Amino acid sequence: MTITAPDPAIDPTVVPTAGPQTKGPVRRALDRFFDNRAARAGLLIVVPILLAVSTYSLWWPFSPNAIDLRAINKGPSAIHWLGSDGVGRDVMARLLQGGRISLLVAVCSVAISIVIGFLVGAVASFGGRLVDGTVMRFVDLAMTLPPVIFLLVLASIAGTGIAPTILVISLLSWPVLSRMVRARLLELRERDFVVAARGMGAGLPHLLFRHGLPNCIDILVVYATLQIANAILLEAGLSFLGLGIAPPEASWGNMLNLARSTVVLEQYPWQWMFPGAVLVLTVLAINFIGDGLRDAFDPRSDLN
Amino acid sequence: MDAPFLTVRNLTKHFAPTAFSRGPVVRALDDISFDIARGQVVGLVGESGSGKTTIGRSVLRLIEPTSGEIRFDGVDITKLSAGPLVRQRRKMQYIFQDPFASLSPRMTIGQILTEGLDIQGIGSRRERRAKAERALAAVELPVDAYDRYAHEFSGGQRQRIGIARALTLEPEFIVADEPVSALDVSIQAQIINLLRDLQVRLGLTMLFISHDLAVVEYICDTVIVLYLGRIMEVAPAAALYARPQHPYTRALLSAIPSLDPLARQGRQVLKGDIPSPANPPTGCVFRTRCPVALDACAGIVPPLRATTSDGHLKACIRDDIA
Repeated sequence: MTITAPDPAIDPTVVPTAGPQTKGPVRRALDRFFDNRAARAGLLIVVPILLAVSTYSLWWPFSPNAIDLRAINKGPSAIHWLGSDGVGRDVMARLLQGGRISLLVAVCSVAISIVIGFLVGAVASFGGRLVDGTVMRFVDLAMTLPPVIFLLVLASIAGTGIAPTILVISLLSWPVLSRMVRARLLELRERDFVVAARGMGAGLPHLLFRHGLPNCIDILVVYATLQIANAILLEAGLSFLGLGIAPPEASWGNMLNLARSTVVLEQYPWQWMFPGAVLVLTVLAINFIGDGLRDAFDPRSDLN
Repeated sequence: MDAPFLTVRNLTKHFAPTAFSRGPVVRALDDISFDIARGQVVGLVGESGSGKTTIGRSVLRLIEPTSGEIRFDGVDITKLSAGPLVRQRRKMQYIFQDPFASLSPRMTIGQILTEGLDIQGIGSRRERRAKAERALAAVELPVDAYDRYAHEFSGGQRQRIGIARALTLEPEFIVADEPVSALDVSIQAQIINLLRDLQVRLGLTMLFISHDLAVVEYICDTVIVLYLGRIMEVAPAAALYARPQHPYTRALLSAIPSLDPLARQGRQVLKGDIPSPANPPTGCVFRTRCPVALDACAGIVPPLRATTSDGHLKACIRDDIA
C-alpha cells in the first residue's frame, strides 16, 4: 500500500497560507524579549560585565594576587583605579577575578541544578503514580530543610573551594525546578500530540527530549537566569561566612568579607563598596533579563 | 468470509483510585465485544461520556484495558511486550478530535510528519521527507507547508495535517476520534470526503468515532451504538437507520432534526442526563431513561444478541416492541 497523488476529482479547496515563511515560537519569544526595555537595560549591563570579567587579563596590568607594597590600603588612583587592599593587591584586578569566580560558580551550579531538576521532574511525571508519589515526597523533604542551615552543614562537609561551592549551591536549588518541570510534563503527557507520538511507538527518551524538553524550555531559561542571580548571592553569602571561596582566591563574597572589620568599613570604603556595587548591579540586571524572558515566553503575551 | 481484521472481546476498563487518591471505581467500559472486517468502516456513536474515546484509545493500546482481548490481524495486542508493540504501532494510527491540540506548537509540519518515521527508524532523511511530502499531497496541502508551523494553519488545514501524520506510517487501521466535530460545517464535508476517499483508495480499515449520526450514516458500513460503557446495538448502517431495534437508538435517531413537520410529532425525547459511570444503574444501564423499561430490566444485564438475520444485534429484553 502506498500513498499516491490526490484524486483531482476531489475539490481542491484548500488554500495555502500566503506570504513568506513565519517564525517559530522561540524566535517570536526572542522578538518580544528585545521589545522589553528593562530586559535590554539588563543586557546592556550584563554583557559588558561578562566581557570585562572574561578578558581582563589581556588589558589590565595587575594580577589579582600581585602585591604592591607601596600601595597598601591606598584609595583609587590613576594606577590602581579602584584602590588597593590591606596587603597591596589591586582591587580592580580582584574585582574582575572575583567576578570570574562568582559567575563561574553561579553558571555551573545552575547548570547542574537544571539537569537534576529536569531529570527528577521527568522521572516523577513519567514514572507512574507510585514513583511520582515517592519522588515528590522526597522533593518536599528537600524543600522543607531550612536553606541556611542546610547550606552550612553541606558546606562544612564539602569544604571550601570552587568545586564544593558549586556542589553545595546546586544541591540546594533543584527542588523548586523539579516541581515546575513535573507540573509541566504531567500536563504535557496528556496532550494529544504527545499521545500521537506514543501511538507511533515513541519511547521515554523521545517523549522527554523531543517533546518534554522543548516544551519546558521557557521554564528552564527563566529559572536559569533568575537562579544565576540567586546563586551569585548564595556564593557571596557562603564566602562572606568563610565557607565558600577561600582566600587568597578572590570572589565578590569574600571581598565583601573584608567589611567585617570596622577599620576597613570606615576608612577604606573602596575595598568593599566596589564589589558590593557590582554584585548588586549584576544581580539586578540578571533579574531584569529573567523577568523579560519570562514575559517573552508567556503564551498569554502572544496577543499583544 | 475470512477472519475479522480486528476482534475486540470482553474489553473492560475501570478507572480505579490509587494509593494516593480516593474515590469510586469509574466503569468506563464494560464487556465490549465487536469485530471489524478488513477494509470496513465501523462507526462508534454515543453521548458524551459513553466511552467512545476510551474504546478508540484502548484498541490502539494508548490506554491499558483492565481486562479483555484485542486481536489485531490475529495478534493479541493487549499481551504484546514493549518491542513488538512498537513495531505493531506502525500498522495502527489515531486521528484526533481537536486539531489545535493534536499538533505540537514547537515543531514544524515537516518534523510532525516525519516523527513517526523517525521513531520507527524508517528510511533516510531524504526518504522521510519524500514520504511526508507525499502525505501532504494526499491530504491536498501544498508541499511548502513542510517548513511551516502549525499555528499558521486554519482548523481544517490542521486536521488535514493530523490525517497526513496518521498516513505517513502507511497504517492498515485508523481510529478517527470525532475528526470533524471541532470544525465548522463547510469544512466538515471536505474532511469527511477526504477521509472517505483515502479510506477507499488506501483500503484502510477504520473505527470512526462520532456523535453526529448523519456523518456516521454517510461514511460507515456498520454502526455500534454505545451507552454508558456498554454496547446497546450493532447493525449495518442501512439497517440501523431504517429499522432501529433498541429504544436508545430510536431516541437518538428521532433527535436528528427533520424538515417534515409530521415527523416531529412522533419525536421521542430522552429525559435527564446520562448516569454517572461511577455508579451505573443495575441491570440494563439504559433503563433509568428508557421509555419502555419494565421492572425486569433492573434484574438482568441484557446480552447483546441477534434479533434478525441481517447482522443486527441488540442488548434489550423487549422483543415485543421491535
